[in-house]
Amino acid sequence: MAAAKTIEVSDLRLAYGTREALHGISFDIERNEIFAIIGPAQSGKTSLLRCLNRTIDFVADASATGRILFDGEDVLRTRDVFSLRRRIGMVAPLPVGLPMSIYDNVAFAPRCSGLTGKDDLDTIVEKCLRQAALWDEVKDRLNHLGTALSGGQQQRLTIARALSHQPEVLCLDEFSIAIDPVTTMRIEDVLKELRNEMTIILVTNLVQQARRLANRTMFLWKGEIVELGPTDVVFSGQPRDRRTHDYVHGIFG
Amino acid sequence: MNSSSLPGGGPARPRRSTVALLGERALELVIHISGVSAVIFVLAIFFFVFREAAPILFSADFSIREFLFSKEWYPTSAVNVRYGTWALTVGSVSVTALAMIIAVPFGLGAAIYISEFSGSKQRETLKIVIELLAAIPSVVWGFIGLTVMSRLIVKFTGAPVGVNLLNGGIILALMSIPIIVSIGEDALKAVPDSYREAAEALGATRWQMVYRVLLPAARNGLLAAVLLGVGRAVGETMAVLMATGHAVKIPHSPLDSVRTLTANIAAELGEAAAGSGHYRVLFLTGVLLFTITFVVNLTADIAIRGLRRK
Amino acid sequence: MRKARAQSLARWVFLAMTVAMIVPLIGIVVYLIWLGAPSLNWEFLVDIPRRGMREGGIWPAFVGTLYLVIISLAASAPIGILAAIYLNEYARDNWLNRLINLAVINLAGVPSIVHALFGLGAFVYAAKFGYSIISASLTLAIMTLPVIIASTREALASVPMAFREACWNVGATRWQTIRAVVLPNSVSGILTGVILQVSRAAGETAPIMFTGAVFFKAVRRGDLFPYELGDQCMALSMHLYTVSTQVPNVEESIPYATAVVLLATVLLVNVSAIAVRVWLRNRKKW
Repeated sequence: MAAAKTIEVSDLRLAYGTREALHGISFDIERNEIFAIIGPAQSGKTSLLRCLNRTIDFVADASATGRILFDGEDVLRTRDVFSLRRRIGMVAPLPVGLPMSIYDNVAFAPRCSGLTGKDDLDTIVEKCLRQAALWDEVKDRLNHLGTALSGGQQQRLTIARALSHQPEVLCLDEFSIAIDPVTTMRIEDVLKELRNEMTIILVTNLVQQARRLANRTMFLWKGEIVELGPTDVVFSGQPRDRRTHDYVHGIFG
Repeated sequence: MNSSSLPGGGPARPRRSTVALLGERALELVIHISGVSAVIFVLAIFFFVFREAAPILFSADFSIREFLFSKEWYPTSAVNVRYGTWALTVGSVSVTALAMIIAVPFGLGAAIYISEFSGSKQRETLKIVIELLAAIPSVVWGFIGLTVMSRLIVKFTGAPVGVNLLNGGIILALMSIPIIVSIGEDALKAVPDSYREAAEALGATRWQMVYRVLLPAARNGLLAAVLLGVGRAVGETMAVLMATGHAVKIPHSPLDSVRTLTANIAAELGEAAAGSGHYRVLFLTGVLLFTITFVVNLTADIAIRGLRRK
Repeated sequence: MRKARAQSLARWVFLAMTVAMIVPLIGIVVYLIWLGAPSLNWEFLVDIPRRGMREGGIWPAFVGTLYLVIISLAASAPIGILAAIYLNEYARDNWLNRLINLAVINLAGVPSIVHALFGLGAFVYAAKFGYSIISASLTLAIMTLPVIIASTREALASVPMAFREACWNVGATRWQTIRAVVLPNSVSGILTGVILQVSRAAGETAPIMFTGAVFFKAVRRGDLFPYELGDQCMALSMHLYTVSTQVPNVEESIPYATAVVLLATVLLVNVSAIAVRVWLRNRKKW
């Protein structure tokens, strides 16, 4: 039985001014999978994510053509980008705690959507902090500043924030760069759980992380898809493309 | 899977009220308009000042050359009205020049001290003092010129009258120093520490480092500081009105009375009948001032912009 | 050995230059207070000028300045803050915004007498407000606007971009981001900028001299609301000019006392701005 597709990218071309960063790539992402995107720096991985949630709009000279279908609607042409960003969540590489209480950090997105009932917000805050494996550490100090937490805690707080608006897709852009290995493992466990509820797109520089978590992996290099397939094939001794083998085994990158 | 109201599945979501959405739209419109307002106001200033001045530009017996370069200023003469602002321009230039001769060395010296030689507590205090100095209103400076400085000048130079070019120059210097210090200090702070460390590694003393490395590196910003000081001095009205005396003459010594373009407008505007030639020429002087300070400030900004980009 | 001496010498030279500016100033201020002392008392503040301003107090000027400052800042602070929000949070780097930036710089450098001419041409005559508090206040507002824009922008820019991006990533609109993160964390800078312009508005003379401030206006002593918007008013800065240059045979201490009151008012406002800045800096959230 064919898996349901949730995102279909067709011929996506992205340019910053005159420099093209993505050269007309096409691929699909299936519902409820963990989809990893690997590749060396400057391959276009972050740019791709920013096209998905339209934060590419904030880059002055960026222009994107092509089509990104998300449940039938073209993301690049949608007018309500704010709803889009709540359906496609994003976790940035560097942990960010907003300068407000931990509670307000997680309640921020629901409040922006118009939710004001205290009980509703309490429920959401607890649920998301639990899902992000942060609840036990902060439950007694929800009114403390989010910026006072450690890096690993702030990254989990970011994930809690991303979960607070019930995304259907969760994108993580090299989430483990600035945090310790223990927290990284904890978050990886979180992602394995979350997969049941949503689709996860994981951009990572750590090829082993992709191997641990992803169902399918895409190797993006210099704005082009080199290979896309089931993770065990990509990481095997014989992937379809020689370059994949070389990158995965550390020969370049 | 949760039931949903969205195509393709997904949980039901809260929506913002239409009131909130419209309110935000309206607010963002007001913000955009406010942003453009600065342009509108600058154009308005130029427009309204020029508007009052314009008729005389087109009148038959007015000559721009005479306006700019003649030193005969007799606006109220019954028989032979002459509008030559040259003496006033020289007045402005000489007061500013004298002020800068005093202010630039002291201002840059203080900027260097604060930036390179002072401890952090000292620096905080000095910066606060400079800030308070900058806050002194120009009319108070004018008053100081009229009273304290005037007496000091009479006492030490034997001049008959204490309000003159020297007085105005000193007062203007004291007024311009804070801006030279503060922008100058910014310029020095902007020079990367690596320059200082490199100089130290080569065995240079603090002074050598300042003289040979920092000053050249901060050249643009220091120039901007001086230009902004000049801009302030040229545009100053009340202090020079009260401190320089009332003679519309080209000065031959620092103890001569002078009058600047700015002070002249302030002194005579009250007596000029609205719509008269005298009135319009005063507005024209305003246009001249606007242009001069525009050029000076623009140059300073270009210099600073070059600085910030580093 | 010689190097160390030269080094030390340099240090002392620069210190001397710095001190050379400050010490005379303190001397001047002391001199002003000393000569103004005979008149410096509560009566001086609340009483009205008498006998052609040769005696009495400065109340109408003091309250006039309050009117001018409050009205002009009520106009320029909101517009200035909103304009700065536009420039820092919404504007893209295109020709329009470079033009706006140029305009703000230009506006900031306009001499005060040119502001007076503008006020005269635009508010007194063209808008037909006549010589009045409203004309004078609006003229002061245009004068303080560019600096409020500049200082607000600096305050907004000091909030790190990462916070804004984190808000955008969860679907917040630009305004929601500004309201939740940017503004609350720029309050100290914005407030300081506005307070500093209060002191500037209180001290300026030329812009109000030809648009609404007068030598003398009869009011009741101690009256907090003696003026209407359409009235002309006295002002502290203007009054100093008047009593030191336009009134013959004035009792010597009166101009000095006026100068001291004006100076004290201005410096007090500035010190409170600095205090606000320090206090709020300590409550920084990151």
